[in-house]
Amino acid sequence: MSKEEVVLLDFWASPFCGRVKIALAEKGVEYEHREEDVLGSKSELLLNSNPIHKKVPVLLHNGKPVCESTVIVNYIDEAWPSPPLLPTCPYERARARFWGDFIDKKIFEGGAKIWGSKGEALEVGKKDFIEILKQLEGTLGEKDFFCGDNFGFVDILLIPLTTWFYAYEKFGGFKVEDECPKFSVWVKRCMQRESVAKALPEPEKVYEAVVMLRKMNGIE
Amino acid sequence: MAEELKLFRTWSSVFALRIVWALKIKGVEYETIFEDLSNKSPSLLQYNPVHKKVPVLVHNGKPIAESLVILEYIDETWRETPLLPEDPYERAMARFWAKFGDDKVLTSIFWGVFLKEGKEQEEAMVEAMEHLQFLEDELKGKTFFGGERIGFVDLALGWLANMISIFEEVAGLKMVDEDKFPLLAAWMQEFADSPIIKDNWPPRDKLIAKFQALRDAKLAAAASK
Repeated sequence: MSKEEVVLLDFWASPFCGRVKIALAEKGVEYEHREEDVLGSKSELLLNSNPIHKKVPVLLHNGKPVCESTVIVNYIDEAWPSPPLLPTCPYERARARFWGDFIDKKIFEGGAKIWGSKGEALEVGKKDFIEILKQLEGTLGEKDFFCGDNFGFVDILLIPLTTWFYAYEKFGGFKVEDECPKFSVWVKRCMQRESVAKALPEPEKVYEAVVMLRKMNGIE
Repeated sequence: MAEELKLFRTWSSVFALRIVWALKIKGVEYETIFEDLSNKSPSLLQYNPVHKKVPVLVHNGKPIAESLVILEYIDETWRETPLLPEDPYERAMARFWAKFGDDKVLTSIFWGVFLKEGKEQEEAMVEAMEHLQFLEDELKGKTFFGGERIGFVDLALGWLANMISIFEEVAGLKMVDEDKFPLLAAWMQEFADSPIIKDNWPPRDKLIAKFQALRDAKLAAAASK
């Protein structure tokens, strides 16, 4: 088969889908985009392609499905090697994967403790979340991007998650820019990239969706 | 320059064992430093300030933490006897299954079935059986998850091969029934009997005592709430 067929099963608000869209754009890969109704009725293709988790994103490359956003980003990097998203040296690659794992474990779940709770629990969630961002700020240091001069793997895993931060700020009554100014500079730097700006939703729209999620979960 | 390789581990950590197995499979020499997690060494805290956990691999003074990250580092640094396949799609599948093992199988079996009782345990058991069925299906036509020989996924899921029987004995129930999961049971035996694995397993009686104490403590804490 001479023509590559790449399909992304997507949901506009999902930061995990955002990661895949950015990675594909960075590599210049053309793909067909299919929006899934994740809160309503999932397509047959989604359920067949991801029977274990039944979630987006799913990348279908010539019909073969790849699931789990971090796995997909790694796959995109290996299937289309240029330009590389990971550093070349094994130690720096391990560092990138370590922080990718940290981001996967801490950010979205940490944010859920803010939008998904109230009162004392929300305050604790907010405090913990800011601590997490400070750790990331620490590892970023004076660098432009997490692995140095070039936008790459860690930036791609993290930047889409920041579209949910406006919602956390509204519910938590804080501003990331005040707590972690260097982190905010990095966010703005990433958002200047075309691949990022085109892939990600407006934080205000995400906030509206989270308001709805909060109501659906009976937190008010 | 002589390579300096140190592995910080505990005697029982299944995550650290993954690293022991990988290094032995590759024939790489290393020094072991055993940690007492109730009294962590300054070195461990210095090398893994973020999580303060084992395993940590320190290669020529540079630390790497998180067992699956360490496995990939080992595979890229010592290229003989590869753990991950060459093909990008096969690599993606391996990473997917390793993640499934840690995120879902370990959670449902250890945190769900083993550390709970009564209705909570029953519910966790239903989930665990679903997860095990996915693993059973994945083994069709294969001896190991890696194919003909042990690979990345086998090392990631390897804890099942010995820990299941320990959990079953301590909790007093069957989790991997040979009739329900013939391929998985066969894999567990095949993996446990492999030379490198067999020679690098913590003593069973010590594991039983440790996990008995852990389960008792957890159930007591839950009951007193």
